Amino acid sequence: MQLDELYRQVIMDHYQHPRNQGELTAKTVSVDLRNPSCGDEITLQLEVADGRVQDVRFRGSGCSISMASASMMTEAIKGQDVPEALSLAKVFRSMIRGEAVDTEVLGDLESLQGVSRFPARVKCALLAWQALEKAVSGHTDHQPE
Amino acid sequence: MSMDDVRKDFPIFKQVINGHPLVYLDSAATSQKPRPVIEAIDRYYRESNSNVHRGVHTLGSRATEAYELAREKVARFINAPSSDLVVFTRGTTESLNMIGYGYARTKLGEGDEIVLTPAEHHSNLIPWQQAARATGARLKYIPLQADGTITLEDVRRTITDKTRLVAIAQVSNVLGTIYPIREIVDLAHAVGAVVVVDGAQSVPHMPVDVQALDCDFLAFSGHKMCGPTGVGVLYGKRERLEEMEPTYFGGEMIDVVELYEASWKEIPWKFEGGTPIIAGAIGLGAAVDYLTGIGMEEIRRHDRELTEYALERLRSLPGVTVYGPEAAGERGGLVTFNVDGVHPHDVSTVLDSEGIAIRAGHHCAQPLMRWLHVSATARASFYLYNTRADVDALVHGLNTVKEFFQHAIG
Repeated sequence: MQLDELYRQVIMDHYQHPRNQGELTAKTVSVDLRNPSCGDEITLQLEVADGRVQDVRFRGSGCSISMASASMMTEAIKGQDVPEALSLAKVFRSMIRGEAVDTEVLGDLESLQGVSRFPARVKCALLAWQALEKAVSGHTDHQPE
Repeated sequence: MSMDDVRKDFPIFKQVINGHPLVYLDSAATSQKPRPVIEAIDRYYRESNSNVHRGVHTLGSRATEAYELAREKVARFINAPSSDLVVFTRGTTESLNMIGYGYARTKLGEGDEIVLTPAEHHSNLIPWQQAARATGARLKYIPLQADGTITLEDVRRTITDKTRLVAIAQVSNVLGTIYPIREIVDLAHAVGAVVVVDGAQSVPHMPVDVQALDCDFLAFSGHKMCGPTGVGVLYGKRERLEEMEPTYFGGEMIDVVELYEASWKEIPWKFEGGTPIIAGAIGLGAAVDYLTGIGMEEIRRHDRELTEYALERLRSLPGVTVYGPEAAGERGGLVTFNVDGVHPHDVSTVLDSEGIAIRAGHHCAQPLMRWLHVSATARASFYLYNTRADVDALVHGLNTVKEFFQHAIG
């Protein structure tokens, strides 16, 4: 087990300089989610209009993996339509479970691939994505896994 | 037996974790198991497995004898005046919930007060929240000092004529604080309140004498004291257990059953509905024998020495914040801390890469985390098999954490 496989430079960059941190003022969906076993928390706000994620912000407290995952996710889904964002969530989940995926669509998110070899940290990486699925569940008939 | 030989009794330490010898610093979560305990459980299943208190056959008698012998061992271990005051449960959580359902709900009413501290583990907090909701009783908290201790002055102020029940851990699972149980018991009894002691972190680590404490109830878990998971203890004074209602109904716990009503067995059996935790209790009995063989005074001395050493080393590390009382004498065998700028999960993952197991998270004490103004902490906890070398490994690991994150963050 190599620590460098987990803590890639790009993850630490997002952890230190989270993107899209804060609150939205426009009409939004807001989801608070916590990981009750460890205390990580996230508030994810989405502005969804015309079936598209127009804007997104998050606030949270947690480890480098959960916060970097949230930061990267907001960058990736901004401007995507809702089904696109959900299919990205699906690909991301598969990668974190250690399945072979098409990494093309993932961009920076691919850097979290190492998490699949650290079972105790899987929940950290998925917290923001669960919040996303919950937030958009009202906009589609998609049921979070 | 010398403490140096103790480690050899625990088969788990033979293994290598991530290329390093296992350094297990998470005994406050669960302890490792010595060979005599593993063998006692194995032997029971191989030689005596049978249901208890019913079969007339030889195995039935053998199993019943072993199960009841375990009860006697546990009673002696906590100096209970009689073994029928020891109820086997699934663990501390179940013991405390049984008091909440079977005692608090029937004894408390509108306007009564339940006194706690903000440092309680969720399992010594939520059962009282629920009992308060069901009865109209009110929760009151003894305030914590900055180091996590409480003052008897505050205890006196918080306990009033309306106080019916005081629930407190003898040792905090986060701060390690040892609370002055006997003094609290005296103050509570003076107003006619009963005292429930959460012994999950004390009974495994120091001599605990229920008669000296004079507490009304004591709850603890087997798995934190070298015993198996799934077994714990509820001790109660005779009058308390007799006035307490059973929580689980069914086989084993009944006296006479009619179509429309039933009566219960005597204590402790009225609380042990269903087939009891036979192998678990026998394993716990073996754990008690093992701990007694080493001596609880000796274990406390060992824990305290390691804690003192760990406090000294961790406090000298720049960028490490240590929580809880200053002096090792005021705390159980654990040290809770944070590394500046590094989340405890990340601390734990880096330590794990060096074979070191610690706990990271909120330790089932969310109100206390809020009080500390942190979302989570890291905790290293010690037991009889730990050594100074384990503390050195932890310090080495924490230096790796700092170097790694400084480098990674750049």
